[in-house]
Amino acid sequence: MTTTLHERRAVKRRSKGLTFNPGRPVWKEPASPFYNAVKGVIIGGISLSILIPILLVVATSLADDKQLIAAGGYVLWPTHPTFAAYHEIFSSDFMFRALGVSAFITAVGTALALFITITLAYATSRPVMFGRPVLLLVLFTLLFAPGLIPMFLMVKQLGLLNTVWSLILPGTFAAFNFVVMRSFFMNIPTELIEAARIDGASDFMILRRIVLPLSKAVVAVVGLFYAVGFWNAFFNAMLYINDQTLYPVQLVLRNFVVQGGSMADAIGVTSAPPPQSLQMAIVVIALLPILIVYPFLQKHFNKGVITGAIKG
Amino acid sequence: MSQMQQESARKQAVADDRPGAGPEVHGPRRAKSSKTAPTHDGIPVRTISWKTRLRRDRQMILMMVPGVLFLALFFYLPILGNVIAFQDYQPFLGITGSDWVGLQNFVDLYFNPDFWVALRNTIVLAVWQLVLFFPVPLGLALIVDSLISTKIRRWFQSLVYLPHFLSWVLVIALFQQVLGGAGLVNNTLRDMGLDTIPFMTNPDTFPLLATIQLVWKDAGWAMIIFLASLAAIDGSLYEAAAADGAGRWRRMWHITLPGLRSIIVLLLILRIGDILSVGFEQFLLQHDAVGAGAAEVLDTFTYFAGVVGGGWSIGAAAGLAKGVVGALLIYAANKVAHKMGEPGIFQKKVG
Repeated sequence: MTTTLHERRAVKRRSKGLTFNPGRPVWKEPASPFYNAVKGVIIGGISLSILIPILLVVATSLADDKQLIAAGGYVLWPTHPTFAAYHEIFSSDFMFRALGVSAFITAVGTALALFITITLAYATSRPVMFGRPVLLLVLFTLLFAPGLIPMFLMVKQLGLLNTVWSLILPGTFAAFNFVVMRSFFMNIPTELIEAARIDGASDFMILRRIVLPLSKAVVAVVGLFYAVGFWNAFFNAMLYINDQTLYPVQLVLRNFVVQGGSMADAIGVTSAPPPQSLQMAIVVIALLPILIVYPFLQKHFNKGVITGAIKG
Repeated sequence: MSQMQQESARKQAVADDRPGAGPEVHGPRRAKSSKTAPTHDGIPVRTISWKTRLRRDRQMILMMVPGVLFLALFFYLPILGNVIAFQDYQPFLGITGSDWVGLQNFVDLYFNPDFWVALRNTIVLAVWQLVLFFPVPLGLALIVDSLISTKIRRWFQSLVYLPHFLSWVLVIALFQQVLGGAGLVNNTLRDMGLDTIPFMTNPDTFPLLATIQLVWKDAGWAMIIFLASLAAIDGSLYEAAAADGAGRWRRMWHITLPGLRSIIVLLLILRIGDILSVGFEQFLLQHDAVGAGAAEVLDTFTYFAGVVGGGWSIGAAAGLAKGVVGALLIYAANKVAHKMGEPGIFQKKVG
């Protein structure tokens, strides 16, 4: 591939230890103020449309009674931040339990899902016996879904209704994540694996000692996909869980915020913080874990882990 | 038996060494050596007996067990459960005890006006998504790609990917807080003495609202695939075009868009193939607020008819019909993509 002047400049800058910012390539016309303004408005508008709702719920959950009433229900900046709403929510063990259920299904589910996906993806990424037919079994799942009612009957048949396992087991494998993982494994040089085999390593050892250490990025990304999926799942809980003590956070959020159900029954709230703050506090509780893990994992997105798989 | 195994092993070895053999791999790929029969130009030179292979691959086969078990329990067995679509299924009688009714459930479905409403809504929403959602990630990717400052670029990317990771419950809750009857916008309108606008509850504008929600949640994330394609375009093409006097719009028209053509065509075909799936949780959550007339899609129909209404067989019939037609459409779309010289199904979803 021919290198352009602008690429050569970038290489030179990097060699000087400067951060990689190629700047405007010489052949490109200088930015026009008009286009810059248009781009600025679009980018600013989109950013605000994402930031404002999040700011709104966080601020409202922290706002005190007086400010909230004066502002008519919503604030974008709490003048006297108070944790009264959170106090109230955590005063009974209702929310603790919901958080516990969500944390449990996320942790156990992600671990199980990673285990299943890694082993299956690795085994089918090498030309081994049964590799092809098993691969076809997985690929078929991309084409067809068994449907909601047969799934329900299956979960019922297995005796999982009203247990946390009904929220975990059906989600422990996703063909898309499998494909991402497998195409990453296929790009690991065969020579490495051969060398380990000659040194007497078993397949398990090769997977653990050679393949996995090389695949941290893809494991992180796929793990994130699974974890987010488990944390966000609400419909499974609605379908399989009747017992209120097993409600995950998303179902609590749906019942009390989206459906506007009365929290008084659940928590025994009598007065104190206005319901608006309570609702917003639940939203924040559901949102926070995602906001916390997101920065650690989003740096992997641009490394081509996902797009690499998509491009085959 | 052993002959057959050997034969299939040989075929597999051939398939594995041919570049771009499987449907999932495109472009040349490293030849796998020594673990299967070594091949020369696709012709096996030596075969190993299946017993040897079984002994050699036993750990790898063991690794497939959890995944295969999962697929059996939560995919292939439930598929068999679809037989209740041909029964008058009664939970207390079970699949073995319920009466067979042939295609009666599908006939009932055909005469059920609610089913047609659900089908109509699904297609209407799919068209809205195609027109309003589909171009957004492309436009966003073009803007992001044109940003010279890597700092702004990275910051913006991180921000627009975020909503993809929020649950639908959370997204609907956020929309309610901003646009709902007691939300930020309507509160402000009320303070100013104006009439409030029922953004969240008007069935007539629901397709627009649903599409906007989808854009808010997923357009940023869907951009990722276009960005990857943009990065793959040879930069020297732009330089050469600029040297020949092409301005920014000409360069976009003659270099950028042709460079993205294949991915655009592919995503479009696959979206059309997947037209019966417009989303589920989003509509289930807003089913009460806007009513079944606007928010009932095929998937919610299955849920309400089957699980809520107790019409297990009718629900299963609707689900099965959707699944079969959907699978045929995806298969056909994939075939069309292949015919156009594009790689297949795995570009369907971006996460």
